[in-house]
Amino acid sequence: MSAETVNAVVDLIHPEPTSFFRKYVWSYDHKVVAKQYLWTSLLFMTLGGSLAMLLRWQIAYPNQPVPFWGMLLKGHFVFDASGAISPDGYLQLTTMHGLIMVFFVIIPLIVSAFGNFLIPLHIGARDVAFPVLNALSYWLYLPAGLLMIASFFMVKGAGEAGWTGYPPLSDVAGAVAPVWGMNLVLIALFLAGFSSILGGINFLTTVIRMRAPGMTWSRLPLTTWAQFITAIFQVLATPMLAAAGAMLFFDRVFHTSFFLPHGLVIGQSEPVNTGGGYPLLWQHIFWFYAHPAVYILILPSMGFASDILAAFSRKPVFGYRAMVISLVAIMGLGFVVWGHHMFVSGLNPIMGMAFMVSTVFIALPSGVKVFNWMGTLWGGAIRLEPPMLYAISFVSMFIIGGLSGIFMAASPVDIYIHDTYFIIAHFHYVVFGATLFAVFAATTYWFPKMFGRMMNRKLCYLHWGLTFLFFNMAFFPMHFLGEAGHMRRLMTSTGYEFLNPMAPWNEFITLSAFALGLSQIVFTYNFIYSVFFGDPAPANPWESATLEWTVPATVPHYNFKVIPTVYRGPHEYSSPEAAPADWIAQNAPPKGAAH
Amino acid sequence: MSDAAEHHVTLSPAFHKDRRAMRLLGIWLFLGSEVMFFTAFFGAYIVARSAAPVSVVMPLEKLWGALNTVVLITSSLTMALAVLYSKKGDRDRTGRYLALTFLLACCFLVVKAIEYTHHFQDGNFPSHDIFFGFYFLLTGFHGLHVLGGMITLGILWWRNRRGDFNKDYNDPIEIAGLYWHFVDLVWIFLFPALYLL
Repeated sequence: MSAETVNAVVDLIHPEPTSFFRKYVWSYDHKVVAKQYLWTSLLFMTLGGSLAMLLRWQIAYPNQPVPFWGMLLKGHFVFDASGAISPDGYLQLTTMHGLIMVFFVIIPLIVSAFGNFLIPLHIGARDVAFPVLNALSYWLYLPAGLLMIASFFMVKGAGEAGWTGYPPLSDVAGAVAPVWGMNLVLIALFLAGFSSILGGINFLTTVIRMRAPGMTWSRLPLTTWAQFITAIFQVLATPMLAAAGAMLFFDRVFHTSFFLPHGLVIGQSEPVNTGGGYPLLWQHIFWFYAHPAVYILILPSMGFASDILAAFSRKPVFGYRAMVISLVAIMGLGFVVWGHHMFVSGLNPIMGMAFMVSTVFIALPSGVKVFNWMGTLWGGAIRLEPPMLYAISFVSMFIIGGLSGIFMAASPVDIYIHDTYFIIAHFHYVVFGATLFAVFAATTYWFPKMFGRMMNRKLCYLHWGLTFLFFNMAFFPMHFLGEAGHMRRLMTSTGYEFLNPMAPWNEFITLSAFALGLSQIVFTYNFIYSVFFGDPAPANPWESATLEWTVPATVPHYNFKVIPTVYRGPHEYSSPEAAPADWIAQNAPPKGAAH
Repeated sequence: MSDAAEHHVTLSPAFHKDRRAMRLLGIWLFLGSEVMFFTAFFGAYIVARSAAPVSVVMPLEKLWGALNTVVLITSSLTMALAVLYSKKGDRDRTGRYLALTFLLACCFLVVKAIEYTHHFQDGNFPSHDIFFGFYFLLTGFHGLHVLGGMITLGILWWRNRRGDFNKDYNDPIEIAGLYWHFVDLVWIFLFPALYLL
């Protein structure tokens, strides 16, 4: 290697690692890093989902001992002496369920796992721009996740101020609330945030500088465009979370008062810290990050859906340029809507009006995308393979989740539904119904490329049916609960007379949620079994036109033997040039040209 | 020369040019994220400061602050010279100016340590009031960034001595230069915000 002179940075083939450590632990291969993220986030999904099952038990059967786990762990963690969920435990469950799902499941899954695997393959590169930074990103994320788990083992348990961590509750260490539980959560988020920022820098540089010859911006798969815009959010918004977390950490550990007003007392105690701060300041800084974060949670899955819908309709995406412009519009507007989380916080009503206007505007590009997905399906030669079924479900549930979002965008309505189950219904429809279904679509679609094997088709259909059914049964009724005024993060609704008529809904939702959780066993079994024993996959089982399908089923270390030259767009399905076939690859030379 | 150096030396200038563009894009993006990080702190400080009575004045000794400003601006100069000489392939001068930058950064931290000691002796801990909270937050994180820069400079000085850099391959020094100028820039905002206004 040292004797050769290599000219193009895109063509440098790094030597393949030989030791177990360099192959599977500290790897510079984006495909391995992607799988590291994939396995770890699926494990965290199991944990986050279990936390949700526990809190659903408490809501439906207040103060009843939890079967099995309550007996096993009574007096420890979130359980009280009788095996039921304790009040502090309940708040810890809601907090950690949210934090784990957002930061340690969805973001690592859709951005770091799929982004890492797909971006270099989609643009015709051998790896990401900074492979060492890539490895480091994973090894920052894993310890962060372990710290989150460790927080449950601290005296007084894990963080319990909600995933949004509002002060003063999140700020008052020791007095009523966990000390090191919450501190570890803050450190974990700082590390995970740093990992995220480095990943974003990596992806942006990769897409800008490492595209293969002929891979212009207008020929990028929409998955890549979505990852690119997401990476911009990651790089610019995540530091705000780090800053807010640092200030909260200072408040807790060094007893500053960035978020604590003068004279705040708890019980009969002395005033907490010296005061002079603003609780609302946290909300502004936090939501300045956390609103772009929810776009990080949805944009990559929009990208997956676009490419998958095109492939299985045998049609190009309807309005490719409009899709890209919508992504850019969401990016621009995404930074100026954060106040819609704060309509009832005491925010200046004029600011509230401004945020209402910008929030309603941001619905427009999302609407454009929905219509374009429908336009992609319209008149297509639909192949209802599992990825397609999941992708269509993504669209329909994104419509429901998006529509409920419009209700919240109107501040007069939000005053009523804020902090109710209506909000919970909304974000679970967009994050679970939309994003997670897109994750299932992406997993079943790219599984053959990642693992060289096919997933079991029948089990995929079974999983889809069960999940779709039980998901809607669990979350749609939450809209009714919210309209009735059922509050969020409420441990026992039986204390409120006006909520008594809604109690049967709570039980219905819980049982549906349990069924939903159990249905995931089908997917877990299918996934793990197929990784090791699935049918060997051909290189291009779905007859798709993007570049990753031009490499063998088990992708070699260096991805492409020869860096491809790209001649056409990513969705050349049913193109006349392709006849008699109904598709033509991005790197196939124009017909009639000399090879 | 080390293996890494030999590897880099035998890669063509065209490769280095491509790779350089990627590295510089990477560091600019990183600096973008750092700007957002410090913006949050500055924004919060501005909110707190605007809501305070007009007569509030930070009890900080302007002389130390001014001295630190001179030290950091000079260190930016020496850093720029280090980058310049590394591009010329002048190993000795590069090393000299890297070391000078490192020493000036040391001075900065020493002055800050003196200031912090004075504050603690006067009972002005971060918990004392909101303004000292911000003072320690802002200068604390800035100081951590200076420290990080110093560690990087140390590593670069050692690599330069080992002969890793030449006319074609000197990216790490330029990247560190960009980072160092950013750290200086943050201080240039910090000094008026905390000490003067």
